[in-house]
Amino acid sequence: MTEAHDRGPLLSVHGIRKSYRSGGDRLDVLRGVDFTLTAGDFVAIVGQSGSGKSTLLHLMGLLDVPDAGEVRLEGSRIDHLPSSRRDRIRNTALGMVFQAYHLLPELTALENVLAPLMVRHGVMEWLRTSAAARDSARTLLDRFGLGQRLRHKPRQLSGGEMQRVAIARALVTRPQVLLADEPTGNLDEATGAGILDAICELNRRDGLSIVLVTHDASIARRANRIVRLAAGRVEQVEPSAE
Amino acid sequence: MYKLLLCWRYLRTRWIALASVISVTLGVATMIVVNAVMAGFSHEMQTRIHGILSDIVFESHSLSGFQDPQWHMEEIRRAAGDSITGMTPTVAVPAMLSFQVRGQWITRQVMFIGIDEATHAAVSDFGSYLQHPDNRRQLSFSLRDGGYDTTDSQSEGPGPSRPALGGAGWPHRRMRVERERIWQKRLEEQEGAAAGRAEPTRPIDAQVDAVLAATGDEAATAAAPAPVTDAGTEEAAPQNPFAAARPEQGRTMDPATEQFTGVVPGIGLASFRDSKGIDRFLVLPGDDVKITFPTAGTPPKAVSDTFTIVDFYESKMSEYDSNFVFVPIAALQRMRGMIEPETGISSVNSIQIKLKEGANLDEVRNRLRGAFPAELYAVSSWRDKQGPLLSAVDMEMAVLNILLFLIIAVAGFGILAIFFMIVVEKTRDIGILKSLGASASGIAGVFLGYGLFLGIVGAGAGLILGLTITWNLNHIRAAVEWWTGQTVFDPSIYYFFKIPTIINPATVIWIIIGAIGIAVAASVLPALRAARLHPVEALRHD
Repeated sequence: MTEAHDRGPLLSVHGIRKSYRSGGDRLDVLRGVDFTLTAGDFVAIVGQSGSGKSTLLHLMGLLDVPDAGEVRLEGSRIDHLPSSRRDRIRNTALGMVFQAYHLLPELTALENVLAPLMVRHGVMEWLRTSAAARDSARTLLDRFGLGQRLRHKPRQLSGGEMQRVAIARALVTRPQVLLADEPTGNLDEATGAGILDAICELNRRDGLSIVLVTHDASIARRANRIVRLAAGRVEQVEPSAE
Repeated sequence: MYKLLLCWRYLRTRWIALASVISVTLGVATMIVVNAVMAGFSHEMQTRIHGILSDIVFESHSLSGFQDPQWHMEEIRRAAGDSITGMTPTVAVPAMLSFQVRGQWITRQVMFIGIDEATHAAVSDFGSYLQHPDNRRQLSFSLRDGGYDTTDSQSEGPGPSRPALGGAGWPHRRMRVERERIWQKRLEEQEGAAAGRAEPTRPIDAQVDAVLAATGDEAATAAAPAPVTDAGTEEAAPQNPFAAARPEQGRTMDPATEQFTGVVPGIGLASFRDSKGIDRFLVLPGDDVKITFPTAGTPPKAVSDTFTIVDFYESKMSEYDSNFVFVPIAALQRMRGMIEPETGISSVNSIQIKLKEGANLDEVRNRLRGAFPAELYAVSSWRDKQGPLLSAVDMEMAVLNILLFLIIAVAGFGILAIFFMIVVEKTRDIGILKSLGASASGIAGVFLGYGLFLGIVGAGAGLILGLTITWNLNHIRAAVEWWTGQTVFDPSIYYFFKIPTIINPATVIWIIIGAIGIAVAASVLPALRAARLHPVEALRHD
């Protein structure tokens, strides 16, 4: 996690366009979006369904490539890099949390948290570093109250617990940015509030830069800034009321 | 590292993949067992073939043979002496073997082979195939005074039972002569009765029964001459064997104490095996047979003589055991007129050559071919002699292996189908891994590794199963026979009491490598499909 509240530009998108083809029709999802996340910032991207907020998050997370425009990390363009370099950046600099948790069902909670580090290391390097990695993963799971659930498979965990495991997994690589796509969307109100508190604390206590996609205005208000998307463009950037 | 972990977890949790493992296991096990049995049969057959044939056979194109074998052997030694350990001359001619069973003459076409009893054992395993232990040590064409094996000496386990051979040899011959004397006496008495004389004071039937009961010998009964009612023809009449005379000896011989020239027929000519595995004999060592063969002159004339069986030869190659009759070479040469009366120089058909250990068979054969004119002599190795048979067996093994390998290929297609299914099922997991930074090659590696794991597990289980079946094949055969009541492996057809198996490590290794290779190859397409999945689409997959 980065040192707190460095105000330089960290992750930015410029003139991003993205469209999808469905049958013979072309659907323009993003029509030239500009957006900058400064280090230590906490930005909520809001908008109606189909406004392109998840697509924007996927482009920032290098899970997809834009039709036009560019994505920059610490000033360096990263969207046009070879896929191996983009895979590497995704593994080291970015952490992602999804609405549907997206845990690997065959692995335990601890193994799910360790998964990004296993992806990073080969067998020999893993054997050398696994002890430290396990300690780090256990610490994170302890922090999220899952110290007793290390060996449980995802199907044995509640929705809130699964999302906390997913957050721990996103943090275990000490990313520069956390990208969260509707992290409370599948949870009841109380559990969702707990998850949101945990995410807010990551920004406020640890200074982690966060981009949170939500359609819920009350959740967005917990961020420092709110970027409102409409019809594939940034409609409004406003500081959070809180 | 995640590849290993996920491969292992998929192997443990995706039970559908077990179907692929089982098909690979069965394919590998089948290939190991079939190859072991085929190799066992092939080795056994080659051993049998080579057992009777020397390494190299030097022979004349002519049935009359070539003169002066000593000179030829010296020339052979001059051409390839450094590779030769032993040589022996032989004379082989087609002949007819006749013997009487219950008054019926049985005639068989045979190859009549004259061998030198002193040197023949040095060039082939001939001696080890005989039924008398003393003959196995040193062949003799003199009849033995009993002691023939009553079980198969070559069998490692319980061999075929041959109770009839218990009384073979001089005891059997004396018993037969005694019985024939009684028959002769009875005949004379019946003739006397017909002439109006008094009945014999002693009942002849009782005497015959007493003799037969004393022998307990089925062959004695089998070889009993025809009843006197057949006296109309010369063959069927109980000829007086005591009147048999050797022309050269110019005297009447006593069959109870003397024998004719000894012969060793193949055991298949004189016996058959019943369904219980017991060998039944039509004639025994001690019985006399007639053999008719051509003389060496031009045109050849048929001559016939009486011989005494002194032993049986059993190579377990039915082609040989039902065809060959061995006789002392000197006797055959004399009877065929192959000895020059003036010079005493003999002729032979062929010279059997034994090579030193490790000598190159084809190279020595070619050297000898170069040293002698091909118009007069044929030089061939034992492999050449049985070339078509050995090639047929090799071809059979190759075709069988291709067919069996197709079984594993079918298993490969099973893996392909199941893997495609698993890729679809795991699409979201693939998206998750990509979101965590896994590369396309890493994702492909998960599925290739999974295929490799399945191949290793399937082939490993197949190896264990195949070796277990092979090592216990004869127990399994016995169990199947006991369970079904059907004969699975009929020893009377194969002349083996056990199914022979040889596990060739190189073959097993190739089978394992092939099976694992097919499993990995079958997982390539699903792995590529997984690697090419778009991460966002994969994450959204239901």
